[in-house]
Amino acid sequence: MIKIINPRAKLTDDLFSASIKKMGTRDGYGHALLELAREDPRIVALTADLPESTRVLAFKKEFPDRFFDTGVAEQNMVGIAAGLALEGKIPFAASFGVFSPALTWGQIRLSVCYNDANAKIVASHTGTTTGADGASHQATEDIAIMRCLPNMIVLVPCDYLDTKKATIAAAEYKGPVYLRFGRDKVAAITTEQTPFKIGRAEVFREGKDITLVACGIMVYEALKAAAELDKEGVSARVINNHTIKPLDKETILEAAKETGAFVTAEEHQIMGGMGSAVTEFLAAHHPIPVEMVGLKDTFGESGSPKELMEKYGLTSKNIVEAAQRVLKRK
Amino acid sequence: KNPEWQERDRLVLSNGHICPIWYATLARAGYFPVEELDTLRQINSRLQGHPHNHSLPGLENSSGPLGQGLSIAVGHALAARLDKAKHRVYCVMSDGEHDEGQTWEATMFAANHKLSNITSLIDRNNIQIDSFTEDVMPLEPFKEKLRSFKWHVIEIDGHNIRQVVDACNQAKAIYEKPTAIICHTIPGKGVGFMEFEFDWHGVAPNAEQAEAALKELREEREKISSSDL
Repeated sequence: MIKIINPRAKLTDDLFSASIKKMGTRDGYGHALLELAREDPRIVALTADLPESTRVLAFKKEFPDRFFDTGVAEQNMVGIAAGLALEGKIPFAASFGVFSPALTWGQIRLSVCYNDANAKIVASHTGTTTGADGASHQATEDIAIMRCLPNMIVLVPCDYLDTKKATIAAAEYKGPVYLRFGRDKVAAITTEQTPFKIGRAEVFREGKDITLVACGIMVYEALKAAAELDKEGVSARVINNHTIKPLDKETILEAAKETGAFVTAEEHQIMGGMGSAVTEFLAAHHPIPVEMVGLKDTFGESGSPKELMEKYGLTSKNIVEAAQRVLKRK
Repeated sequence: KNPEWQERDRLVLSNGHICPIWYATLARAGYFPVEELDTLRQINSRLQGHPHNHSLPGLENSSGPLGQGLSIAVGHALAARLDKAKHRVYCVMSDGEHDEGQTWEATMFAANHKLSNITSLIDRNNIQIDSFTEDVMPLEPFKEKLRSFKWHVIEIDGHNIRQVVDACNQAKAIYEKPTAIICHTIPGKGVGFMEFEFDWHGVAPNAEQAEAALKELREEREKISSSDL
């Protein structure tokens, strides 16, 4: 099954090995930000009382003058980031997704997006895999409220290195960016050579019967699902759709035409998320049967990430079942 | 001639709804043709109902929803400090927007970082849309609140431009603290049927009312110029 993996994606060789390395996406953010700051004095970091959780402690130690902690005041953090950006700095403002963008939407809309300020809104601890903290701390609506904002770019990388590259790409892009990742350590499926470009979805696996479009931690689940489907004789394409806005229409359209059925998968509400972005586009340009995997209009709860993914239908098994359903509609 | 001049002082307008007076000031200062003022709030105009920074030269920020300006001003002030720049950041605010929690988040932050390059000018006109501020959500003791947040506070007659200029100059001499200038004003000052009437907070006069108001103001100006100046 390995050889079906798109060679251009340069994924890790031990993709389905039990010993695949697990790394934090938030560490990818922290490491990238530090590297960026060493090269570019315009990079500044903000957080609202969460430097350790958002992985900017090392930044704080190395660049104390360019690090700002607003205390538990996310709206102020976003406003300050906008002001810094209007003066030519490149601020990254990070908190848990349930605090920012959830509590800061009006500030992101007016101070960041309407000003077209070059500020980066960063959310860690998104999705149910935030885990034991419970539903109050599991952001599962953030993609919906960010992708509807004019001027905003929305990035949801899939693992440590993907997040690192997304952070660097966000710094290089001039304008508002929303960057979303999680708390848990997740399988390191990409390598240094895996391409990452804002606005270009990456085909991780070739396939002709169906396309599994995923973002974030669901990309790995989609790859595992594709391997399962292979056993049933179904050839599944897997797309890492890390840029939810602007959508890579070319790659999506090509996949729709060539495979004729989609499953979308995300650790987010089905309503308004990545799958919605894909289906909005397909409905207008190439309508095909689609099944969506994600949270079905429900909050999460406390538990381990694995337990929560199972209980809320966010595993490779759920993607396989969705694929079987959608293939019948093809 | 160059609105983007790097050493300019920054003016962050937090209470965006007063933008007609800002537009008029910019136009008279030569930022855009005075005739364009007539397009205010109309389709395809650069003069949006609430200011949009990319529409007009001279606007530092977009605003409208209250409570966001001081945080933006803090961002400008931090950037100036990082760049070791000497320019100052002025934030024009309303009294009513001190109901917003974010205003106080930024007030705390500015004091914590000793942002002495920020001066806020608060229009203490005692009204907000619904009614008088002290009836809707009392701000008093306002000066004491700001002082307890470790700001330097100056109180002036907001209608007296000499006091405004003096207070801004005084603020430049204050180190280690941001300065708030509470500008006491009378809403509708100089127009008999508007003074102290909060109903005029969000309403524009019709042509007849405007003419009557301007007549009163012109008469007042003549009185002042013959006696005071």
